[in-house]
Amino acid sequence: MASHLPPRPTAQQNQADAGGMAVDEHHHYGPRGLKRWLLTTNHKEIGTLYLIFSLTMFFIGGIFAMVVRAELFQPGLQLVEPEFFNQMTTMHGLIMVFGAVMPAFVGLANWMVPLQIGAPDMALPRLNNFSFWLLPVAFALLLSTLVMPGGAPNFGWTFYAPLSTTYAPPSTTFFIFSLHLAGISSILGAINIIATILNLRAPGMRMMDMPLFVWTWLITAFLLIAVMPVLAGVITMMLLDINFGTSFFNAAGGGDPVLFQHLFWFFGHPEVYIMILPAFGIVSVIIPTFARKRLFGYASMVYATASIAILSFLVWAHHMFVVGLPLVAELFFMYSTMLIAVPTGVKVFNWITTLFRGSLTFEPPMLFALAFVVLFTIGGFSGLMLAISPADFQYHDTYFVVAHFHYVLVPGAVFAIMAAVYYWLPKWTGHYPHTRLSQWHFWLSVIGVNLTFFPMHFAGLAGMPRRIPDYALQFADFNMVTSIGAFIFGASQLLFVVVVVLCVRGGEKAPAKAWDGAEDLEWTVPSPAPLHTFETPPHFEPHRH
Amino acid sequence: MRKRIVRTAGLVACSGLSGSVLANGWNMPVGVTDVSREIHSLHMIIFWICVVIGIVVFGAMFYSLFRYRRSRGAKAANFHEHTTVEVIWTLIPILILVAMAIPATATLKTMYDASEADLDVMITGQQWRWRYSYLGEEVAFTSNMATSRSQVSGESAKGENYLLEVDEPLVLPVDRKVRLLMTSDDVIHSWWVPDLAVKQDAVPGFVNENWVRINEPGIYRGQCAELCGRDHAFMPVVVEAVEPERFDAWLAERKEAAAQEALGVDREWELDELMERGEQVYSSICASCHQPDGSGSPPAFPALAGNQAILDDPDYHIDTVVNGVSGTAMPAFRSTLNPVELAAVITYERNAWGNETGDAIQPADIAELLDDE
Amino acid sequence: MTEQRTDDTRKGVRRTVARTLVALAGMFVFAFALVPLYDVFCQVTGLNGKTSNQAEALVHEDADEGRMVTMQFITRGSPGLPWALEAHTRQVRVHPGQSSEVEFTFENLGDEISVARAVPSVTPSEASLHLRKLACFCFQNQRLAPGERFEAPLVFQLTRDLPDDIQTVTLVYTLYRQDAAPSPGSGKQVQGGDA
Repeated sequence: MASHLPPRPTAQQNQADAGGMAVDEHHHYGPRGLKRWLLTTNHKEIGTLYLIFSLTMFFIGGIFAMVVRAELFQPGLQLVEPEFFNQMTTMHGLIMVFGAVMPAFVGLANWMVPLQIGAPDMALPRLNNFSFWLLPVAFALLLSTLVMPGGAPNFGWTFYAPLSTTYAPPSTTFFIFSLHLAGISSILGAINIIATILNLRAPGMRMMDMPLFVWTWLITAFLLIAVMPVLAGVITMMLLDINFGTSFFNAAGGGDPVLFQHLFWFFGHPEVYIMILPAFGIVSVIIPTFARKRLFGYASMVYATASIAILSFLVWAHHMFVVGLPLVAELFFMYSTMLIAVPTGVKVFNWITTLFRGSLTFEPPMLFALAFVVLFTIGGFSGLMLAISPADFQYHDTYFVVAHFHYVLVPGAVFAIMAAVYYWLPKWTGHYPHTRLSQWHFWLSVIGVNLTFFPMHFAGLAGMPRRIPDYALQFADFNMVTSIGAFIFGASQLLFVVVVVLCVRGGEKAPAKAWDGAEDLEWTVPSPAPLHTFETPPHFEPHRH
Repeated sequence: MRKRIVRTAGLVACSGLSGSVLANGWNMPVGVTDVSREIHSLHMIIFWICVVIGIVVFGAMFYSLFRYRRSRGAKAANFHEHTTVEVIWTLIPILILVAMAIPATATLKTMYDASEADLDVMITGQQWRWRYSYLGEEVAFTSNMATSRSQVSGESAKGENYLLEVDEPLVLPVDRKVRLLMTSDDVIHSWWVPDLAVKQDAVPGFVNENWVRINEPGIYRGQCAELCGRDHAFMPVVVEAVEPERFDAWLAERKEAAAQEALGVDREWELDELMERGEQVYSSICASCHQPDGSGSPPAFPALAGNQAILDDPDYHIDTVVNGVSGTAMPAFRSTLNPVELAAVITYERNAWGNETGDAIQPADIAELLDDE
Repeated sequence: MTEQRTDDTRKGVRRTVARTLVALAGMFVFAFALVPLYDVFCQVTGLNGKTSNQAEALVHEDADEGRMVTMQFITRGSPGLPWALEAHTRQVRVHPGQSSEVEFTFENLGDEISVARAVPSVTPSEASLHLRKLACFCFQNQRLAPGERFEAPLVFQLTRDLPDDIQTVTLVYTLYRQDAAPSPGSGKQVQGGDA
């Protein structure tokens, strides 16, 4: 593949070692400037585009979250009207899920999957370009609904019918269209990743030799292929209900609003794992590097990831325990959900055993990866509590749930993405990120995240429903702490931008193998990685120890 | 109530401990029904299981983090697999989960008990209020948030039960099994009272059920738990649990009041009387959408002040209020309000905020419209 | 060797893409297939209290004289439809296995012809498996002229295999307008005035 690229000298690639700062002089042919970025088919450039896009969306979604937290700083309505508040919570969720977390993982996959398996590029480079450029279109459309008459979507990121159909603002059709585009983008990205991993591995690299980031992404891509069409189906049904008078979700015409929830969560629960499995992969790559010790239980990690993926299709109705399910359904979904704790537990035990008797150092990527293990596990505990169906009658739709999924998504998925960025920045830019600033970023983020989300457990248990712009007085203290934490967390992400910008512009030079415990193939190419790598496949030796 | 061996001694001690460790206001309320107690104890058991697992796991992790630092001269070992250990730490969680699933299953079965109830109450969610009807008793009313908008906007001080107070609470007898049927007129709502451990979605076109047997008289507050649009935060639930005798007396009184109101239908009402009554109805039912000053919030909720379409055509006005508008947030009030209330609120809308039609819509006319032959 | 590899790779990629596309198409169709599947699933398991939307045959069995079940009827209107629907009996006590008839009255209180349907829902949902409707007005739309009244029976049977713990079954009918449904796409936008 990538046959339109001219042949490259190959000598430097395999044995480029420390100091191999080969600046690629040859990539300046072809279009330049804006057009170069619009038309690029290079996996590294597309990866960079994805990451920049994701960071932008992270800040836009973050601003929406700040609006929400500012309004909730104290009881009463101070800053925004309830309609606008609902638009903010909805847009925050949609942007963070589909605009920030998913594209960030796709960006990392674009950059690192070919490098980790010794491939010259993604299998389908032009498709790769197309799937990226769908995203800015999709999200420009989604954001434009904010200024449409009737306002942006205001029915929560789960858009339950009939609030999102019969009672929805006129902009809903645009919302559906933008979600279709984002979905197509994810599907194309997934096809590309699967094709790359299955066909472009370096000679000698078997499936069970692949770094875990590659493994988890392969499984994630299969999940995307399986559930994105279901999301497309659901929103198509919504579109038909809204504009063409069908009654999929409308009781008046013989439809069923609960069907919407079944379909949505049949997509939605695997979607949750789409946002966490690559994070598992990242952490499984980073921890061994800084423990200078092979990952404990590589095979069981792969099997655990696969079983989590399979189980994710059998647990969807645990989001619907209070919707009026029959007893047998409650029991089935309670048991299957509890079962997920087993493979997830295996992963956590493996990480900790990897640390055990290692030789640990605490560079910024390691700090984020360790925080991931601790805080994700806390999110896992609240997940286990939520699985207990009778207790879920009390937890459901409260801030306890909000605390739970933010623990798995922010110090879970987002921290893993940040760990990955710190880990691979030397490879991308040729410079180490500024240590002191990175540490500040880490500690402020950890403090901010816990200050934000930990009190939400208490607010939820004490009875505060989610998605409300105003609350009773007994929740005031929790909310004030949460809001302060959110502002700290939000502001400290500016530091992250500073670190990244400084790192791109200069800093301590990184050798090819930037971390001394790092073992995967990406560390055999120079830092920064030249535009074209592995055009002649590297020789891969399993278990290089 | 059947005693279950699984949930005795040690486990009860857990929930007892919780009372002191996690003071009220931080934790799930124990509640005032047997089911809510069972749920609370399940919650505390699983919580403590998580705490213990957390101590073990994080203990091992932080031990490794301190003990095996390279700065302390740690050299990495070279093991990376151990089948026995891996099998053990797969099996132990399974055993813990099974132990947890047993009491959870038992509680769930109790919650799904379908035995005959002493009283059936139909709960209907409506944007953004609850309607309660006591089946077979001809008593029905809507329950609106009683907190004033000025408290919400901060113009006046917030009261003790800010956002959790209603004009008419749901009155239920203690020690009797009450079956709660839920449905909705528009979007999905969820009726939740933490102290009763009842949370059930109200789905339009479908009916769900739950039940409650309250052990102690008292006032129990909750809220709508499912996002239902703009005023989702402003549809509280208040349950007043009273002794059965008091409940029976209350029910009789409500029936009597309904009969009295029905008598009022037949007489001629003065404009002032209608305006006074209409203002009450308007502020509890209509003001949340159409605003206290009738300015509405277009396009979803049209202004009523100066609205020529309704002012020019009283029949259209009456029809809209009585029958609602399909596909919009405007409900039909034909069965929610009685003829006196309907006439009063329509009269009020036609004469308030500079609307000066001078029309006094008579309850008798509305009543006739409602039983149109 | 590199040439060989490139060629093989290209074939492999093509095959992988073809397979994923097939899987994609399959999942998209599956999403729509879930709609009828869901209905079947609901009818088999009683999920969500849905009942059959056509007349079912009577199961010939002796009434279980030793057991009484309360069958409740609730009727509800909906916005934009000036109709009344009333059950002549609020509840009946029946033996499982026996068939019973209850009269309902529809009345159009508005001043124009309209079409509506009574949409049923049963709780507890497990009971819907055992509720057989032999005749019901809910199988089709009703069309009523202004002021017109219409009486229609519901003939039903609770079969004997109704689980023992179910002692009350509630059947709720919600009237929904079926004609001139204002385009739901316009959402809440109401032109001109209304209250």
